[in-house]
Amino acid sequence: MAELSWPPQGKAAVVGKPVERIDGPAKSTGAAKYAYDINAKGMLFARLLGCPHGHARIKSIDASAARQVPGVRSVKIMKEPGKGRKSEVLWEGDLIACVAADSDGAAREGVAAIRVEYEVLEPFVHEEFLAAAEQAGRTRSGGDNIKLQREPGDDEDEDEFADKEIARLLEEADVVVDAYYGIHSICHCPLEPHGSTCVWEGDRLLAHLSTQNVSGTPGQFASPLGITANDVTVHCDYIGGGFGSKFAADSWGVVAAQIAKETGRPVKLMLDRDLELKNAGNRPSGFIRVRVGADKQGVVNVWDSHHWGTNGPSGAPVSQGVIPYVFDPPNRRRRVTRVRTNTAPSRAWRAPNHPQGAALSQTAYDDVARKLGIDSYDVFMRNLPSVSNGKADVYAEQMRIAADLINWKSKWHPHGKGEARGSIVSGLGMALHTWGGGGHSSSCLVKIHPDGGVETFLGSQDLGTGTRTVIAMVVAETLGLPPAAVKVHIGNSQYPQSGPSGGSTTVAGVSESNRRGATAALEELAKLVAPKLDAKPEEIEAVDGRVRVRGKPNRSLSWKEACRLLGMKSIEARGEFKRGQPTDLSSSGVAGVQMAEVEVDRATGVVRVKKFVAVQDMGLVVNPLTAKSQIYGGVIMGIAYSLFEERIFDARTGKFLNADMSSYNLARLGDIGEIVVELYEPESEYRRGVIGLGEPPVISPGAALSNAVCNALGVRVPVLPMTPQRVLAALEKASVSS
Amino acid sequence: MKDSKHLRPPKAGFSRRDFLKGSGAAAAATAIGEGVSGAVAAEAGSSVVGPGPVSIALNVNGQRRSATVEPRTTLLEVLRYQFDLTGAKPISEDGSSGGSTVLLDGKPVSASTVLALEAVGREVRTVEGLHGDPVPAAFVANDGQQCGFCTPGFVVAVRAFLDKHPSASEAEIRAGLNGNICRCGTYANIIQAVLDVVKGGSDG
Repeated sequence: MAELSWPPQGKAAVVGKPVERIDGPAKSTGAAKYAYDINAKGMLFARLLGCPHGHARIKSIDASAARQVPGVRSVKIMKEPGKGRKSEVLWEGDLIACVAADSDGAAREGVAAIRVEYEVLEPFVHEEFLAAAEQAGRTRSGGDNIKLQREPGDDEDEDEFADKEIARLLEEADVVVDAYYGIHSICHCPLEPHGSTCVWEGDRLLAHLSTQNVSGTPGQFASPLGITANDVTVHCDYIGGGFGSKFAADSWGVVAAQIAKETGRPVKLMLDRDLELKNAGNRPSGFIRVRVGADKQGVVNVWDSHHWGTNGPSGAPVSQGVIPYVFDPPNRRRRVTRVRTNTAPSRAWRAPNHPQGAALSQTAYDDVARKLGIDSYDVFMRNLPSVSNGKADVYAEQMRIAADLINWKSKWHPHGKGEARGSIVSGLGMALHTWGGGGHSSSCLVKIHPDGGVETFLGSQDLGTGTRTVIAMVVAETLGLPPAAVKVHIGNSQYPQSGPSGGSTTVAGVSESNRRGATAALEELAKLVAPKLDAKPEEIEAVDGRVRVRGKPNRSLSWKEACRLLGMKSIEARGEFKRGQPTDLSSSGVAGVQMAEVEVDRATGVVRVKKFVAVQDMGLVVNPLTAKSQIYGGVIMGIAYSLFEERIFDARTGKFLNADMSSYNLARLGDIGEIVVELYEPESEYRRGVIGLGEPPVISPGAALSNAVCNALGVRVPVLPMTPQRVLAALEKASVSS
Repeated sequence: MKDSKHLRPPKAGFSRRDFLKGSGAAAAATAIGEGVSGAVAAEAGSSVVGPGPVSIALNVNGQRRSATVEPRTTLLEVLRYQFDLTGAKPISEDGSSGGSTVLLDGKPVSASTVLALEAVGREVRTVEGLHGDPVPAAFVANDGQQCGFCTPGFVVAVRAFLDKHPSASEAEIRAGLNGNICRCGTYANIIQAVLDVVKGGSDG
């Protein structure tokens, strides 16, 4: 196969043009069928019992009354009573039992009839309070990491040297910020909860699973069911949100399949909203104490931090690698403490670690500007030489574009020094981010039929990012057809394997495999067309619905005429891409700058987003329409976790108090202000090829909004989300201490 | 909509309230009327239904549809599991997400908070009944959807909002569509979609 590339910038026929998502009509008319929507004949409804205590041991379970409930067909116990580890419940909502019944109502009645005797144990759920965590025996060191310009002498103890050296650097700094920041855990909260509709066809399982991992989940069902992966088909045409939480079959998926097998009836098991929030995915929290030393210009020379947080029972906090985030000053020490809590285990949440890293460290950079009374923009700009990803020039250019779009220079004022309108003050803040986004391994099968029909098959999935549409565009570009001429088949594990959709790896992966597969298919077609046009196969190209000799529109066949040469046999060509292989079609590594303008009411503590600017590179932009949507979405999710969204636990019982949609606060349509998205795609980016976009835009909002609020008030609201209570508490604290 | 007329409560003579009062029926059973053919309901003057399943008829998207329901069965369950109309989504049971929004006599309600029996004798319109409406078309043109799970509920809510405010301003749109939750963050494009419909920009 010839060396593959994309057309030069501006020359592509389809790629780079805004194309409406091809599954848009199905979604907006309710025709799209999600796992929750699959209704099978004779289907049972299954519901789960969650533990009502934050920490407990199960002494006994009596399900006899549940089995007597009319309509109940099966009760499965998922936790073992007794003395062993398996009987210990480590968070409220951990799953105890499953009931399947003829109707949803009967299943719920069955769940309510299960009698469980618990020995209630001491819970710990408030990891923000490190001293309390230590007292409760819930902490342990997560290690430390030191980088200093000077090295210790041969006979010097390394730790003692580091202590002294950091003390010296802080002493010598023109300004020192000594601060505390935090970001609470949030849930994935996909609107379609986790779950599946499981149907057995003889000895084969068909699992309609809400999943980000179509190709990777059959084996997860097979192993506990005692069958092999070839006897499992996972199907997912549409997934109602995942955000990193839906890579697995999960215990409840397996239980559904087991009950379906035993009863001989299909089983639908989707989590209730409260069990979804309590079990099925959250993001680790992070809290930090930090001292930062900088010069008069705001250039940071030394960073010394201790951060802690939790990912649940095992206590792994935010990774050290993102502290401080993007900026990597010449001298730094970071220490980590793990805190074990009685909360559900975390799952990968869109851009794992990065949003927390930004919120825990770029706030400190902004506080350097505040303390010096200088412009945060200048401080960020002056620190760009220390960025760890070699993209200082890209950030600088993106900062200039973002500043223009938000009118930074004319609107900025020193922190807390803006003009107030009554109790309303406004402010500006910024942050920057980075992500990889290289393509995952992906295979596809492209078919060209004698009647001109084109199809591609791959075991990928469209999370709402527009994957289906991108695939159609790439194949269409390659074959000189409109996207509507390409039928895209994804969402079935019987198709060629394609990677899980996580870490912004999908768009590059599927663009690779489909560009390759469609090129190989076209090469097959060219062998038949070439003799008819008196040319060599390698001279053939497909443009504008015609197959022609390169650059010679008058020596051509229409697409249909060309395909008719196939006779009875369709072309089938594989496209293969292995993650990391050398390629000109895709790449990895992006930057991104975001700026926020907020209004804060000092009387009520309410923060409103007025304007939000996101400038984002992603290499070659395949579909600017859906790319922009991704960025809008990332920003809006960011507004949610910055201002509204958090899990609230009761310290005494360990209960998750707001595990429902009415009190687990997400942003609503009226909360988003004006969002301006700029796709940054100079030729230098375009020629890098396709790079993933899902994660980057969700990273910076926490820091950008915190910095904007701080600029408005002149006071840092240290912990996200910046609810009215926290804003008022920060103002109160500042007025007491001044 | 041809055959919907005979499902409506009779307009002349007496109101439903008068009827119930006059018949001495329990106030709790306001949902009953023509369309319920359960054995108990069939008894003259009685308005107690259940606890066992009863047959009802519902007017959904202009069609008369029969269902068998228990008193606890919600409208959402009937739509999804008996009629296979799965556009309305079970996102929250209490209606706080707007995921199951349908039109009941033209007014937006969360089908998860309405008992099937309460919908008897009323016009139910689901997202599937908005085929050809400019609202879903505007969602497509403006990419007002990502995963799409909230989209049907949003589409119906927008339809109801525009019925009431056909020339809504952007500020009114931002203030008036806060009953629906989207997790992917499609709001910015939804605002554009609604503005498009107001301007007549989407041909549907």
